[in-house]
Amino acid sequence: MPMNENNEFKPLIVAFCCNWCSYAGADLAGSSRLTYPENVKIIRVPCSGRVNPMFILRAFERGADGVIICGCHPGDCHYSTGNYYARRRMALLFSMLEYMGIENGRTRVEWCSAAEGAKFSKTMNEFCEKIASLGENVRLGDLRCKN
Amino acid sequence: MSHADNRAERICEISGSNPYMCMKCGKCSASCPSYNEMDIKPHQFVSYVLNDDIESLVKSKAAFKCLGCFACIERCPRNVQPGKLVDAARQIVEREKGGDYIQPEEIPALLGEDVPQQLLVSAFRRYRR
Amino acid sequence: MQRIGVFVCHCGSNIAATVDVKKVVELVRYEQGVVYADDYMYMCSEAGQQKVMEAIKEHNLTGLVICSCSPRMHEATFRACAAKAGLNPFMVEIANIREHCSWIHKDMEEATKKAVILARAAIAKVNLNTPLQEGESPVVKRALVIGGGIAGIQTALDIANAGYPVDIVEKEPSIGGRMSQLDKTFPTLDCSSCILTPKMVEVAQHPNIKIYSYSEVEKVGGFVGNFEVDIRKKARSVNEDKCTGCGVCQTKCPLGKTGKIPSEFNRGLGTRSAIYTPFAQAVPNVPVIDRENCTYFKTGKCGVCAKLCPSGCIDYEQQDQIVTEKYGAIVVATGFDIINLDKYDEYAYNTCPDVITSLELERLMNAAGPTGGHLLRMSDGKAPKDIVFIQCVGSRCADDRGKPYCSKVCCMYTAKHAMLIKDHWPEMNVTVFYIDVRTPGKNFDEFYRRAVEQYHVNYIKGQVGKVMPQADGSLIVQGSDLLDGKQIKMKADMVVLAAAVEPNKDARKIASMLTASIDNNDFLTEAHAKLRPVESPTAGIFLSGMSQGPKDIPETVSQAGAAAVKVIGLLAKDKLKTNPCTAKCDMFQCNGCSTCANVCPYGAISYEDTLVRGPGVNETRRIAKVNTALCQGCGACTSACPSGAMDLQGFSNLQIISEVDAICR
Repeated sequence: MPMNENNEFKPLIVAFCCNWCSYAGADLAGSSRLTYPENVKIIRVPCSGRVNPMFILRAFERGADGVIICGCHPGDCHYSTGNYYARRRMALLFSMLEYMGIENGRTRVEWCSAAEGAKFSKTMNEFCEKIASLGENVRLGDLRCKN
Repeated sequence: MSHADNRAERICEISGSNPYMCMKCGKCSASCPSYNEMDIKPHQFVSYVLNDDIESLVKSKAAFKCLGCFACIERCPRNVQPGKLVDAARQIVEREKGGDYIQPEEIPALLGEDVPQQLLVSAFRRYRR
Repeated sequence: MQRIGVFVCHCGSNIAATVDVKKVVELVRYEQGVVYADDYMYMCSEAGQQKVMEAIKEHNLTGLVICSCSPRMHEATFRACAAKAGLNPFMVEIANIREHCSWIHKDMEEATKKAVILARAAIAKVNLNTPLQEGESPVVKRALVIGGGIAGIQTALDIANAGYPVDIVEKEPSIGGRMSQLDKTFPTLDCSSCILTPKMVEVAQHPNIKIYSYSEVEKVGGFVGNFEVDIRKKARSVNEDKCTGCGVCQTKCPLGKTGKIPSEFNRGLGTRSAIYTPFAQAVPNVPVIDRENCTYFKTGKCGVCAKLCPSGCIDYEQQDQIVTEKYGAIVVATGFDIINLDKYDEYAYNTCPDVITSLELERLMNAAGPTGGHLLRMSDGKAPKDIVFIQCVGSRCADDRGKPYCSKVCCMYTAKHAMLIKDHWPEMNVTVFYIDVRTPGKNFDEFYRRAVEQYHVNYIKGQVGKVMPQADGSLIVQGSDLLDGKQIKMKADMVVLAAAVEPNKDARKIASMLTASIDNNDFLTEAHAKLRPVESPTAGIFLSGMSQGPKDIPETVSQAGAAAVKVIGLLAKDKLKTNPCTAKCDMFQCNGCSTCANVCPYGAISYEDTLVRGPGVNETRRIAKVNTALCQGCGACTSACPSGAMDLQGFSNLQIISEVDAICR
């Protein structure tokens, strides 16, 4: 379990951010110097609708403790409808993940516009706290190839 | 709208207010301290005048529940000033009792039981300037 | 195997203050594929870029990772820099170690660790990058405008004046649309035809504009810059080239006097002949024969128009004609109609001729209308004394009788009608029942207030429950006065309904031909509600006027101009550069299920029978094909594809998974 010097659990969090709204929101959080924990790592995708459930499963399999998908607000999708597909797809995936024992709190979909740097940072802080309280995710770990 | 009954015109004349300016925002009723006591609310007073229903106004409790505080007059965004319409309705009631005008020197003699306080207060405020 | 160069930027102290840049360089040096790693104070500077270009040449690099600020800032810079050094620009990836790392973290050790991980993710991605080529497609320098109302007319004029040829397709015999039916326009009260007909004439005489009237779009193929459109020219039965528009045929048509054929232009309040132009100022001023009513077409007898036509242009044998034309851009300006009021029994619209719609009132008040501009009751021809207007008939309705949206124009045209009536006939009593009076717009609220304050129009807040026709021919209107808390029963001689607007009935058909998206109310959807309001998400399709949503004439004209500018911007290009980050289908995995085409917002996916040849397969199958000129690279198809056949170039499944792996390592 990854710990810092104070022996606190440091969760590993993967964030998928759409290029047009939430990635720009994360940039704004950065340029406004609004901090959130280092353990959030952002992957840029063109649209939240691009996020294939496979990517999320892969992240959990490889040891991520939480995965968050950020997209444009409903109605604001750069590609009109991508976030709607993402929302439905993730609702299904998350309920399946819960069935598999990955708590609902480890997954999240959040809308964040390019102007919402503060919201981005707040969301990431909250999500990190939530994951830290849930502890390490070991559920899909046994799927990993051990050689 | 037709003025079959010219009491509506008289109310406008006495009050100097133009009820057509009203855009029915309700700020007068929102400001009124005796709102709960009034059977015809201040904003309705304006539309009763527009709709020529002066009979209801002069018979209403509202005309004499109005404190004459002038909050509605101060706050009306359209310069309709419903308080002046209420005041005019009261005057119509009094004038129609006979003897349209009173002289200032007659007032002390008239300060009897049957003259509503509000009317006097309003009258003083009205003629103060 | 890639040969990757990693460049870590200090960004002055912006990055270097919290990230140990030298340590990042040392740690990424041994990542897979990395052959060169270095740092520099300002990577984006001229000298920084020079350093990158030199390294590309010296170390024969095939991929670049720049650890710097956000790719939204300098991705374009470094791509151009790579291209200058002969490297494919799509072999560059940016690791965002400033906005996403140094600026938000304080602990140097943690921030450095994160920067290394972000760099590793970018390196992992570049390892899987493939060189991509921006495509090119030619542009046909001609535009098509569907619909010849004020929206279409203005769009066509603006495009034509910029020097590009434009065709207008109008399904009615004349251009002009709804605006030609209107009497006056708000908030200036100037006469509608006085401002519209000069524009119609301008269109007719413009060397760059061709009008296909009495024609419909039949089929649309192709894509942005290269549409191929079939236009059906319906048989007019009149030779357009020979006709002089003298009008003899119309005046002599025996059916004209019978008064049996209702005039569509007058909303059924007047009649017309079987050979007709919709109105006197029609453009083109060439009549059409209504074959359903014409005696000659029904019985073979009559032929009066052919006998009397001085130029011999009547052609009973004329057939529909299909014209195929190529266009670079298409503007949809199909306009609106008002809803059918059959479901609103309570207003007695279908049972009482004195209950009319506002559009019918426009015709009644128009000097060229069925009553010559006299406001008369349709039942007995008498002038009304009390007129009641009912607002929001079918607008803002949650049930299936009406429309959920606000029709936007009714409040203003009702104020206009009320004012015009009071102005002409001051003795008439005009009452308006409203839910809200919505008058945003320049000089709009002042206009409405004038109706109340100057003309004493009686505005009552509350809807009308029912309209009851009486035995004496009058009407009783039962409504509520919400402000006074009273139910009102009011006598009226005429009731005017502000019926909701709805998109033209053909909008859905046209949208599906164009693969343009359309909403539940049949309004065409814009590419972005705020930032791309006149473009359809489908490239090369533009929106003008009411087809996109309720709007008044000034707004329609502004939008028409905006759409024209977008069209001109497109036609001004000789070639279109296409984004190479498009979806790509693996034919070995595709089973032709159509899932991807259903989620594609751009109609970029079609299916083709393709010969699939590979180990163990040799057959012709239905395979998805991506039109790269239309694909915008959103990736919706890639995650929807059940067999994993669709992938997005530049953001492929493997690339993203490798990033996930690098982060979770």
